[in-house]
Amino acid sequence: MRRTRRALLRAVPVAPAVVLLLLFLAGPIAYCVVLAFTDLQLTGQAEESFVGFDNFRRALGDDAFLNAVWLTLVFTVVSSLLGQNTLGLALAALLRRASKPVRTLTGAVVITAWVLPEVVAGFLLYAFFRREGTLNAVLDWLRLPSQNWLFTLPILAVSFANVWRGTAFSMLVYSAALDEIPREVTEAAEVDGAGGLRRLWHVTLPMIRRAVGTNLMLNTLQTLSVFGLIWVMTRGGPSGRSQTLPLYMYEQAFQNSMIGYGTAVALLLLLIGSLFSVLYLRLLRTEA
Amino acid sequence: MRGPAGTPAARRTRRRLAADAGLLLAAAAFALPLLWVVLSAVDPDAGLRVRVPDALTLDHFDAILTPEITFTPLLNSLVLCGGATALTVACAALAAYPLSRFRSRLNRPFLLTVLFATSLPITAIMVPVYALYVRVGLIDTVHGTVFFFAASQLPFAIWLMKNFMDGVPKELEEAAWADGASALQSLLRIVLPLMGPGVAVVTVFSFVMMWGNFFVPFMLLLTPDRMPASVSVNEFFGNRGMVAYGQLAAFSVVYSTPVVLLYVLISRRLGGGFALGGAVKG
Repeated sequence: MRRTRRALLRAVPVAPAVVLLLLFLAGPIAYCVVLAFTDLQLTGQAEESFVGFDNFRRALGDDAFLNAVWLTLVFTVVSSLLGQNTLGLALAALLRRASKPVRTLTGAVVITAWVLPEVVAGFLLYAFFRREGTLNAVLDWLRLPSQNWLFTLPILAVSFANVWRGTAFSMLVYSAALDEIPREVTEAAEVDGAGGLRRLWHVTLPMIRRAVGTNLMLNTLQTLSVFGLIWVMTRGGPSGRSQTLPLYMYEQAFQNSMIGYGTAVALLLLLIGSLFSVLYLRLLRTEA
Repeated sequence: MRGPAGTPAARRTRRRLAADAGLLLAAAAFALPLLWVVLSAVDPDAGLRVRVPDALTLDHFDAILTPEITFTPLLNSLVLCGGATALTVACAALAAYPLSRFRSRLNRPFLLTVLFATSLPITAIMVPVYALYVRVGLIDTVHGTVFFFAASQLPFAIWLMKNFMDGVPKELEEAAWADGASALQSLLRIVLPLMGPGVAVVTVFSFVMMWGNFFVPFMLLLTPDRMPASVSVNEFFGNRGMVAYGQLAAFSVVYSTPVVLLYVLISRRLGGGFALGGAVKG
């Protein structure tokens, strides 16, 4: 009796957080599950009705949806797996060897790109990739062919924008991980005559595999929910060629007024996110 | 056998120079868009390219520093993000205390749920949140948006706060408990002051995340007068046929400066800004 009361009393401070999380996070998620099976519309409808799996069937038959799935995959692989992750590791490794002024300067520039508000980052990279923008100026200077990037390769442009904006996170995670490798280990490998790439593959990567896993999961989850950056740069266009799932979801729910259908797409996105989230938890547990 | 260039010292120097060169190249690539915004903000003929201005001007700042374009949206941002950050930090500090101090069978499942929630894509639930807010009458209200902001940032704030709190030795409090201090008193008087940098990190991180967030206010607020800077700037500049790039750049500088300064402030206190990477790594 007394023990239960004490345990309850001790749990009181957790209450405000739990209430907030239940009402404003768990509530919407539950509502998302319900709404995904209805035909709720934005306006002029007295009562929505339950339509079973209609929304999902419709999604699978919709070319625009499949296009969005494909583009989301491209966006995630290019910007998160290949871009942020690899570049972040490379920068972290170089930062350890570089001289102090270069280290400070590079760190500051890369982190500033990360701290900037999403919309501002969108404007900056919009200007960078425009026909009359900086990228083409650099290409002209190098005598390379220039083009209208936001029109010819919009999905690559927004992917690079996401690399620009997100690499700092990977760089910070990998810097912390590399700092934990004992110096003797790398020195021993060097004395044994292992070259740079072999040392990376056989010594460094196995030692930071936990950080690699964590970083990949968090990058992917962050990338799956990018909206503002793409919205500012291309609005998902031209003609849907940079429309990832979040932008498709928004268009269906608000521009086409189909909240129920948009929510079904949201639920799919949420399920993919949850899957990655569970993988991330497992990774933390098995490696801890 | 190694030649003279292969002595360890010479090799180290060579490697340092190679690393410096690689980093400078990366830094230049990352800096180009940043240079554009800084230079265009003071260039009378600002365009879309990075270029050294022929003359310097403050006209763009003059043009945007009006209540309609800058002051009202920034004030709205401050109210929204300040309110939500205060709520997040208070709830996270309270929740982290029992999680860090007392053993309970519920701690582990609770923390795992929190960790799971930190990585959910918030973007995905904005459509149902919108529908829910319309139904319960919270749509287009500042407090509704504050509550959602706080809830979405709370899992990560609890997680960070608990980790920082674990670093404060329990012995310091035991003396206070012996003197009859309550848990709340020892939290406020002993634990939180001792983890000042940790609280600062959670506060600044939450604030910066919300300050830059576009999608949440974009969905939950409708009245233009209530829009924070992240949304209003997009409406204002995006909906005009001719975009005034100089003004856009000037506004971007004004809107971004607070969060960049805040970040510099905490990274100084934490020794290099690499602490957050360590904290996130788990």
